[in-house]
Amino acid sequence: MKTDDLVTMLATGTGPVQPNQVLRRYSVAVGLGALGAAALMLVLIGPRPDLAAAFLLPMFWVKIVFVACLAAVSLLVALRLSRPGMRLSWLPGALAAPVVAMWVLAAFVLIRAEPALRAQLFFGDTWNSCPFLIATLSAPAFVAVFWAMRGLAPTRLRLSGAASGLLSGAVGTLMYSVHCPEMDAPFIGFWYLLGMLIPTVVGALLGPRLLRW
Amino acid sequence: MEEASQGRRTEERLRQLLIRGLAGDAHAYRAFLQDLSGHLRAFLRKRLARLPNEVEDLVQESLLAIHNQRHTYDPGQPLTSWVHAIAKYKLVDLLRRRARGDLLTDPLDDADDLASSADSEAAEARRDLGKLLARLPDRHRLPIVYTKLEGLSVADAARRAGMSESAVKVGVHRGLKVLAGMVRSEAMDED
Repeated sequence: MKTDDLVTMLATGTGPVQPNQVLRRYSVAVGLGALGAAALMLVLIGPRPDLAAAFLLPMFWVKIVFVACLAAVSLLVALRLSRPGMRLSWLPGALAAPVVAMWVLAAFVLIRAEPALRAQLFFGDTWNSCPFLIATLSAPAFVAVFWAMRGLAPTRLRLSGAASGLLSGAVGTLMYSVHCPEMDAPFIGFWYLLGMLIPTVVGALLGPRLLRW
Repeated sequence: MEEASQGRRTEERLRQLLIRGLAGDAHAYRAFLQDLSGHLRAFLRKRLARLPNEVEDLVQESLLAIHNQRHTYDPGQPLTSWVHAIAKYKLVDLLRRRARGDLLTDPLDDADDLASSADSEAAEARRDLGKLLARLPDRHRLPIVYTKLEGLSVADAARRAGMSESAVKVGVHRGLKVLAGMVRSEAMDED
């Protein structure tokens, strides 16, 4: 087939393209991922029993805002990576900001604490299950976000896979926060982040294989 | 200076054609692809100086990719960067498939614009997309043949193929993606 014939073939009978498909795919993916994570949380581990009381604590909301910021920025990163030729510009900095803020808060908390209490602030009571449970709750969003990206056109596959993984990790963590009793900054700044990094690394490993087009 | 302003004019003209094409204007879309193939050819020929036989195949692969991913173009985005990112992606994919990094003769990130050069002289493609098309299953092949090669309306194509209209539309859409996938795996088999 000659190139001119290909051009004619591609242009013939081509109808209008629905606008905003990129945003629409991600809305569906994040919505389904969040629903899936909520369902898994309710079935596997349940919300924390003192949830109503926790709503009144500032640190509960600091935790939610931290995770929500990571979810929002990684969504923006994924949106840009899904379109060829888009630059990330200020987004990597915006991704680092909530992490740095949480670490500053954690350092402040640790410095002010009695030395004997520092280990408890860092390990909490659930350090050994937290990252694993976060990764588990991220699984539905991971599948959904990869589906969204596969229908688009990422050109940097490893990075795109990592961004998809981080986005799904943040969505899963948001639901995990409803279950998790921990509220100390050192715990959140390390174990939550570790949990979100599990799907991120898996995404970076699978990206080049799953996202090719 | 003059080249730069000419580049802007070309960019703007092509962008308008694409935007009208995305809104459903088939004439504008055809003009867009037609013009673009010349620019793609020049762009890729410069970067595949040592593999001149691959250029036309890659032009076709890029056109198919641009068509299949046209829903990822954001009208607020410079068209040049979108097109070049796709062409580079396909170029790097080709080079990686050949696993011969030393064939890269030109840095990939130099920023020339669409107007800096256009090359309308099409060489013969080595790979025949028509033959690949013939290997598609009927549910993909018939919708493409009827609506895109014979120019039937979706309704007529559906009647002739004995399929529903939505199956015809899905068949075209999926079929072209499968075709792009076949191009990729066939290129891999060659080596």
